[in-house]
Amino acid sequence: MLYPDTVESEVLVHKPWFVAVMFAAIFALFLTFDLSGTSMGELMRPVIGEPLESGIYGRFAIAFVIAVLFCLNVVLIGFASLRVQITIVWLELLLLFLAFFKTFNLSLPFMAEKLPFLVTQGLFTTIYVSAISIVIASAIAILGAVAKLSTNGFAYAIASFYTSFFRGLPLLMQVYLIYLGLPQLGFIIDAVPAGILALSLCYGAYMTEIFRSGIQSIDRGQWEASRSIGFGFGITMRKIILPQALPVIIPPTGNQFISMLKDSSLVSVIGVWELMFLARTLGQKSFQHMEMLISAAMLYWGVSICLELIQSRIERHYARSKVR
Amino acid sequence: MSEKIIDVRNVSKWYGAFRVLTDVNLTVEKGERIVICGPSGSGKSTLIRCFNRLEAHQEGDIVVNGIPLHDKMRNVGEVRKNVGMVFQHFNLFPHMTVLMNCMVGPMWIKGVSQAEARKTALQFLERVRIPEQADKYPVQLSGGQQQRVAIARSLCMQPAVMLFDEPTSALDPEMVSEVLDTMTGLARDGMTMVCVTHEMAFARAVADRVIFMNAGQIVEQGKPEEFFKNPQHERTKLFLSQILKH
Repeated sequence: MLYPDTVESEVLVHKPWFVAVMFAAIFALFLTFDLSGTSMGELMRPVIGEPLESGIYGRFAIAFVIAVLFCLNVVLIGFASLRVQITIVWLELLLLFLAFFKTFNLSLPFMAEKLPFLVTQGLFTTIYVSAISIVIASAIAILGAVAKLSTNGFAYAIASFYTSFFRGLPLLMQVYLIYLGLPQLGFIIDAVPAGILALSLCYGAYMTEIFRSGIQSIDRGQWEASRSIGFGFGITMRKIILPQALPVIIPPTGNQFISMLKDSSLVSVIGVWELMFLARTLGQKSFQHMEMLISAAMLYWGVSICLELIQSRIERHYARSKVR
Repeated sequence: MSEKIIDVRNVSKWYGAFRVLTDVNLTVEKGERIVICGPSGSGKSTLIRCFNRLEAHQEGDIVVNGIPLHDKMRNVGEVRKNVGMVFQHFNLFPHMTVLMNCMVGPMWIKGVSQAEARKTALQFLERVRIPEQADKYPVQLSGGQQQRVAIARSLCMQPAVMLFDEPTSALDPEMVSEVLDTMTGLARDGMTMVCVTHEMAFARAVADRVIFMNAGQIVEQGKPEEFFKNPQHERTKLFLSQILKH
């Protein structure tokens, strides 16, 4: 966390100058947009009369009401406790999002009809492909990190060539190269294994660097203590160094997992029926693209939130030995 | 009759072009307590770190507990099993409880059962007088307590010799004495010890022999009474006058 100073100061959103600036900014913003034609204009009909004919007076009134509501909202939230603040702001942002999606006039029955297939086929494949890739990538990363830190010339050369190559090429190109290139060598490879291979190799390269920096962050004294007891390289690495490197490794690795989940959409280009592929194809027949894209977006987001929660749980677990 | 635990013959070591150790000769016999002192950069830490090959020497021979130390991994492993080391910065494993810190050595090296390792660990934690801290993590302990745990961790391996690399240099003044008391207790029980330290009172009380090093060489050695009362070498006199001044 950011360690706050102990000097007490008034909450920012309760400072008059801040509220004033905020009010002016919101007021100016909505004054420039003419909202009289929207549902906001309809709501204001008792005050401004026929919205479309209200002219500058209507715009002024609408902007004024929005600015007042906004500032009141912010000031009131400022009084709540931290947890309540976070919850309310989250819910309000979510509501704004929903209002935004509502403007698309989405067909809910269509979404409800396609959703089961989107989940059982699309989401299932996405998670299945990402999960296997994550496991393989982590294994590659540990090997790669050890190789990059070793004094063995071959190991270092191979590992650094690998990370350089796979970090240097777009993932999309790797997917094509593996799917279309391997058959040239005589290996006919299915779309799903090809996708998993591309994702594993690409993310293995990024995670190699994460693991390497994590291992390097451990004090030399830990190696020496472990060696002086008589532990060999294997035990030192597995039981002493890696467990301590994990708290350093986990936040960026969690990032990689979330990123991998979404980059697995790139394997849709080789015809894997995962979430992105279905989102694009299911809506095509009836030109209801937006419905499917938004459904898929929500599913991706939902799974990402789950991963975030898992990550924070693991981080809390490892914070144990740091608590005084 | 007497048994050599550490035998160092004509050892030299270089860091690049810089010579850290020059023709060092030293034998440590079973049950002997040796204190090595000297100005910083004199090679004293480097020397004892050669005894369990945390550092490699380039010339000469080091034989520890009858096993010659050279590049063969097996030999080095054998030697490390028999040599305990205590570091300036404790170097406890922060992700394990105090008890686990003491148990892992016997369990993973000697294949001792968990129950037995636990018994040994508690016994040695008792001996350094902190059995009640067994289930805490190292960060929850004071510096002096951590260093005593580090001593217990080494003792659990039941080593033939204990090496101390400035064990009290990183401690608050009040905590120095609890660690020195523990070390004095060990010495009284007949443990073979090699200590790099600037605690001259400890050296006087416990050491069988005090060794003074300067610029990578052993300049002078002798029984503590003679060493402190009647230092022969100019450099030793200067060093002693410096650290005993205050």
